[in-house]
Amino acid sequence: MKRSRVGLSAVALLSVGALALTGCSSSGGSTEKSSGADTDAIITTNGSEPQMSLLPANTTETGGGKIMTSIFAGLVSYDAEGAIENEVAESIESDDATNWTVTLKDGWKFTNDEEVTSESFVDAWNYAVLYDNAQGGSYFFDNIVGFSDLQNSKDDPSGAVDEEGNPIQVGDPLAEEMSGLKVVDDKTFTVELSVPEADWPLRLGYTAFMPLPSAAFEDMEAFGENPIGNGPYMLDGEGAWVHEEKINLVTNPDYEGVRKPVNGGLEIIFYATQDAAYADVLAGNLDVLDAIPDSAFETYESDFGDRAVNQAAAIFQGFNMPYYLEHWSGEEGKLRRAAISMAINREEITDVIFQGTRTPATDFTSPVIDGWTDDLEGAEVLEYNPDEAKKLWAEADAIAPYGDTVFDIAYNSDGGHQGWVDAVTNSIANTLGITAQGKPYPTFAAAIDDRDNDKLTGGTRAGWQADYPSLYNFLAPLYVTGAGSNYEDYSSEEFEALLEEGASASNVEDATAKYQEAQEVLLKDLPAIPLWYSNVTGVSADTVDNVVFGWDSVPLYHEITKG
Amino acid sequence: MLWYTGKRILQMIPVFFGATFLIYFMVFSLPGDPIAALFGDRPPAPSVIAQIRAEYNLDKPFIVQYFLYIAGLFQGDLGTTYSGRPVADVMASAFPVTARLALLALVFEAFAGILVGLIAGLRKGKWFDTSALVVSLLLISVPTFVIGFVAQYVFGIQLGWFRPTVSGDAPWSELVLPALVLASVSFAYIVRLTRASVADNLNADFVRTATAKGLSRRRVVTVHVLRNSLVPVVTYLGVDLGSLMVGAIVTEGIFNINGVGGTVYRAITLGEGPTVVSFIAVMVIIFVVANLLVDLLYAALDPRIRYAK
Repeated sequence: MKRSRVGLSAVALLSVGALALTGCSSSGGSTEKSSGADTDAIITTNGSEPQMSLLPANTTETGGGKIMTSIFAGLVSYDAEGAIENEVAESIESDDATNWTVTLKDGWKFTNDEEVTSESFVDAWNYAVLYDNAQGGSYFFDNIVGFSDLQNSKDDPSGAVDEEGNPIQVGDPLAEEMSGLKVVDDKTFTVELSVPEADWPLRLGYTAFMPLPSAAFEDMEAFGENPIGNGPYMLDGEGAWVHEEKINLVTNPDYEGVRKPVNGGLEIIFYATQDAAYADVLAGNLDVLDAIPDSAFETYESDFGDRAVNQAAAIFQGFNMPYYLEHWSGEEGKLRRAAISMAINREEITDVIFQGTRTPATDFTSPVIDGWTDDLEGAEVLEYNPDEAKKLWAEADAIAPYGDTVFDIAYNSDGGHQGWVDAVTNSIANTLGITAQGKPYPTFAAAIDDRDNDKLTGGTRAGWQADYPSLYNFLAPLYVTGAGSNYEDYSSEEFEALLEEGASASNVEDATAKYQEAQEVLLKDLPAIPLWYSNVTGVSADTVDNVVFGWDSVPLYHEITKG
Repeated sequence: MLWYTGKRILQMIPVFFGATFLIYFMVFSLPGDPIAALFGDRPPAPSVIAQIRAEYNLDKPFIVQYFLYIAGLFQGDLGTTYSGRPVADVMASAFPVTARLALLALVFEAFAGILVGLIAGLRKGKWFDTSALVVSLLLISVPTFVIGFVAQYVFGIQLGWFRPTVSGDAPWSELVLPALVLASVSFAYIVRLTRASVADNLNADFVRTATAKGLSRRRVVTVHVLRNSLVPVVTYLGVDLGSLMVGAIVTEGIFNINGVGGTVYRAITLGEGPTVVSFIAVMVIIFVVANLLVDLLYAALDPRIRYAK
């Protein structure tokens, strides 16, 4: 789950004042445009201070993510549409979707001249999972055999138990290496998955799967400050990462992969707010901005014309209704969920609140993912239909009257959510004639705490940005029983059976069909009420050309030309 | 005087411990597990979270956490942020920038505020006085972030006189615009304070005496009127240095300055106890020192205070 929360909160703080910006006119940079692009030119772009040190498996947010994908090359990388292309991998093959053989190309090197071998991957992955190392992205490997041995510690050999009778754990993991990962030779390794997963290779372009040079293991802390990668860019010497300020990357001369840069490097400047970054693009101090502050939604397209980007992204947004609440389980809950969903005027809210930078949802995934569709059976539950909503609500009331119970949607007020939560609850209140309101939590930590402890009193904001371009990534982590992000404890045998069939399908078409059927189950149960897909919005100054945004909302930096 | 100063410095010790304890308690009491929140909607395995919590002592009771923090402090260790950076490093990069910004703002508001206030006070009821009152009222009533955005848009983007945001090294020239914005509200108060004080003193007996003695107007105004009018202004400036450091949060956000305000805000939302407490402790010290300086300045400005000691 990549996310950028800190930036958003500061934006929320300032967005009122930003009204002053409306009506501003276009004034790009003053640099004259010439025909030939300068391959030494440094592209300046926005970013945010990485939350963690720059270790592949510990970088799970957007600020660090865009740096990691620039300085590392994994087995595969994603093109603009999210399709994978081999980078270090020569091939990734399997007969049964469970046992995979990975072979590597010759000639790949880290920027310290160390060769990229099977060990570079296997050691990095084991490091990522071993719980002592506390890597936030460890869960990406949870389908590899032996994963839990590295995550769980041993029971105390003396057999001691705690007050509740559970064995006391001692500090050593059960194993140091995943048994499902085996090095065959320098250029080959095998991976055994615990359950079949037909589109497993789709994951492998994600940052958590990047290789590490052996130098990293000598001092991981120092490495995280000055990472050595094998990607299209590399750090511009010691101290290239100026904390809270920027990071300077230059092209890696030895890189011969599919993302060969046509520019000289990147200067990623960390902005506290998107408003400040937007002011800099307007003034010509910044080349590329990959997010538009709320305050400029109305004007950025007139400010930048065809240099403005507003396209669908792999981000799903909605809200969840926990099953443990009275009125929200069983047949009554089913009717109420459908009624609530049909009481929301998604078209109007995306237009008015988001100025068209959101797209009303028609499923549980995203339009940029292969297999997305807007004609799932039962998708009409996502359309605004006040009459049907009232009818269903009345039917539910016949089972057990809702009475004066207040309907609320919990959100963290440091994330800029108040506007749409108010609009959605208004829409529900007006349609169903009930009291509906937002329930703000001061911080994300406070909101997630109540979700964790099953203490919600109503709905709760939920969002998901895909880590890798696959339908499966939008479904399994969120709705499978006991999955890490299934906070509201949804559980459906029918859904899980379809998901498993899809995962073990022999080809992508069959898998997609099963994933779509699985979503039709979700449309009936509505564990989450889908609202809309977030778009990626961005602009670039007239100093640069070829600014194309990838499936993951990050510009394809290596393709940008300047001068 | 020396004894007085020493006593004041000794007083800082309980203030320091009281403040850090209270702030640590408040950060500790923030709802939610900061480590769980660090990973967004997709949490890592519980064993990983437990490992990180242990690393930051978050699994220990409050009083133990506070004690460990203070113990570290005496060994010169201010703790680390959740990204693994020593808090001391974060401070070393944030404080100088905010200090320069606040200093610049303080200089602006002191010089311009006193000058405008003095002229307005001397010409009470004339057009200069009236317009000074209107402008200061405007600056007080319009929120700082509006002034900031307008200034950034007009002078940074439209006219191009300044860079709309401050670059990493934060050179003095780029800090001018944000400092003016930051100083705007206090400037307005200082104009009003000085004006009222000057107008008052002009009618005071000692001024009449001074004028009657045949002293030049310049000497009467600078030595007798202004000097006596500065006591409330200096008090305000002392308090204001503290609020400038804190109030910089909005201005720093607008102009993307990597200073104290933004860092503390971020640390609070992340629940980073050591960062918040260390930063605020330094702010408390600055505040106390500033007030000490104000008290010492009083004595210089008004002999009656000096001799009463």
